[in-house]
Amino acid sequence: MKRHLLSAADLDRDDALLVLDTATELATVSSRAVRKLPTLRGRTVVNLFFEDSTRTRISFEAAAKRLSADVINFTAKGSSLSKGESLKDTALTLEAMGADAVVVRHGASGAPYRLANAGWISGSVVNAGDGTHEHPTQALLDAYTMRRHLSEGRGDLADRRVTIVGDVLHSRVARSNVLLLATLGAEVTLVAPPTLLPVGVEDWPCEISYELDPALAKADAVMMLRVQAERMNAAFFPSAREYSRRYGLDAHRMALLPDHAIVMHPGPMNRGMEIAADVADSVRSVIVEQVSNGVNVRMAVLYLLLGGAQLPTGEEVAA
Amino acid sequence: MTGTYLLRGGRLLGAGDPVDLLLAGGVIAQVGAALSAPADAVHVDAAGLVVLPGLVDLHTHLREPGREDAETVESGSRAAALGGFTAVHAMANTEPVADTAGVVEQVWHLGREAGYVDVHPVGAVTVGLAGTRLAELGAMAGSAARVRMFSDDGRCVDDAVLMRRALEYVKAFDGVIAQHAQEPRLTAGAQMNEGALSGVLGLRGWPAVAEEAIVARDVLLAEHVGSRLHVCHVSTAGSVEIVRAAKARGVDVTAEVTPHHLLLTEDVVAGYDPVFKVNPPLRAKSDVEALREGLADGTIDAVATDHAPHAAEDKDCEWEAAAMGMLGLETALPVVAEAMVATGLLDWAGVADRMSVRPAGIGRLAGHGRPIAEGEPANLTLVDPHASTVVDPSRSASRSRNTPYAGRTLPTAVVATFLRGVPTVLGGRLVADAR
Ligand SMILES: [Zn+2]
Repeated sequence: MKRHLLSAADLDRDDALLVLDTATELATVSSRAVRKLPTLRGRTVVNLFFEDSTRTRISFEAAAKRLSADVINFTAKGSSLSKGESLKDTALTLEAMGADAVVVRHGASGAPYRLANAGWISGSVVNAGDGTHEHPTQALLDAYTMRRHLSEGRGDLADRRVTIVGDVLHSRVARSNVLLLATLGAEVTLVAPPTLLPVGVEDWPCEISYELDPALAKADAVMMLRVQAERMNAAFFPSAREYSRRYGLDAHRMALLPDHAIVMHPGPMNRGMEIAADVADSVRSVIVEQVSNGVNVRMAVLYLLLGGAQLPTGEEVAA
Repeated sequence: MTGTYLLRGGRLLGAGDPVDLLLAGGVIAQVGAALSAPADAVHVDAAGLVVLPGLVDLHTHLREPGREDAETVESGSRAAALGGFTAVHAMANTEPVADTAGVVEQVWHLGREAGYVDVHPVGAVTVGLAGTRLAELGAMAGSAARVRMFSDDGRCVDDAVLMRRALEYVKAFDGVIAQHAQEPRLTAGAQMNEGALSGVLGLRGWPAVAEEAIVARDVLLAEHVGSRLHVCHVSTAGSVEIVRAAKARGVDVTAEVTPHHLLLTEDVVAGYDPVFKVNPPLRAKSDVEALREGLADGTIDAVATDHAPHAAEDKDCEWEAAAMGMLGLETALPVVAEAMVATGLLDWAGVADRMSVRPAGIGRLAGHGRPIAEGEPANLTLVDPHASTVVDPSRSASRSRNTPYAGRTLPTAVVATFLRGVPTVLGGRLVADAR
């Protein structure tokens, strides 16, 4: 493993499998009655959130606490960040506080790279979502979820077919997923109107389709991306209704999926836009499970980056 | 303090036999082998050096008035002299904007006081660079600053009617409109060149077509009204092609390219270090090759630095929050040497043409870009073609440090610069109080 997790591309196949296997092991441990491991006791993990994302912050916070790390939350609301304190000044403050890992969420693509590489801090940096760039721990939890349902919870995702649908252009989830799924051997198809695909997407390690239906029949997993209705104001598509009709997943379309296929969504969902309510709540949907898997995967990432002394063997402490 | 200088043994434009140059009274008094000089003449050993006409920059941001923390006319003038320049054009996007005779005269006076280079203010095309009504172009032309080049640089004059009128109006005093070609709607929030890399990095793209659409429109407008057009910082292969075709049709269009667009590609953006953030953005390798070719065949007339100093806090931040622009004056010649001379695309006569003769012509500067001959103004630059320049930002004469070449070793070094017979730089160092 590299010292930072900034992009899903930072993980080669062995690294990715190590994270997933470690997450599997940690899941076993933390499903027991006592859910706290001493592994990162005395280490400090800072959640640095320049963007509001309660769900991701809580997930990282739970992960760090279950490993007994000290957790400091820096969020835009209620801190100096909202008054325009610079990324650099914030980083220097965190360094002075002795942060061993900084989990950063930022609206600007590449902000975690600056934190990791500008010489401001010495700890590990975990990208918890940067602009329209990447969200590698989301990709890891998605892969973990797919592996549980499609590969009996072990090994890679070789030959599994994953269809990712929606606003790829603005999606950090899509970028990280395409990279990680390719590393794990899956066949990925991106489905979107041409306006919501980045220039150069034809060079990505995946297939491209402008039509959803043909991509559903062969999918083992379909992942619906959040699409903001306001995108229509910038002419990415004519109307929410047209988008939904052409690219939304409703019950009718879901019926095109093979019986074993799962439905995923990174959240938060726009019910009625990219995903119909009855699909989101159907038995095929693993959307709620994605959330709980997120904690295990983030525990694994923090554990591996901070070099926890030994693999947790189930040695438990009183919480 | 004019003084008399004998430059011994340099080679004019890097060719022919070594000659001596006697500079006296602000002009080149004598050119010849083994000249004898008056007893009080200062001898300068120019053996092995290339003698060029003093370099002329069509595109410099000196930031004064308004952002004196980033640069002043004085600090920028010093950087220019160290880069071998004897004249620079100071862009109008200051605070206040250089859109009146008063502001351009202020900048012009500051340049005279600094005394390191001739500072020629560029006038804004529109009031406040707002793109809605023409600034008093005639008043700026008639001022002590004698403005001939007008530009809203930093912004594009995108309104076609306004651009047409500006092109027509400046004909009255032989002016030129220098266009920052950037279709604003296609580049809203743009962060880097639009291409495969911008898609991967999740940075909003600045497509080549946004430049080319304006360049194409403007050459058609200039052709239609019979006016002179200058295209700032051409950055794409498509723009080169449009300018080439327009020139072939006889359109009165000139174009410039920056040193950084000749040397750097978009690949350096991958680390998100804002020192590489610039407008127009660094482009693909194929664009760099087309720009070099265009400069070599004369389609692109001039190298212009687009020297854009920024205070540390405007660069020491995340990419999207960072200001656009990079330093250029002190490194321009070594970068051109690497991109164009070392590659065999230009010889030193070609460098003199693109960095002095043609830019002086475009700016209508009578005393610059002249032949190196008896009776001509002694605006000269001595270059050591075998030395190298190691770029150390902390040693820059600029008030800012945002050079994209930090730590890089570039070929050649500027050894001396003479402005009307007075050295502003000797031995690669500024001459204190060049006035
Ligand atoms: Zn410009």
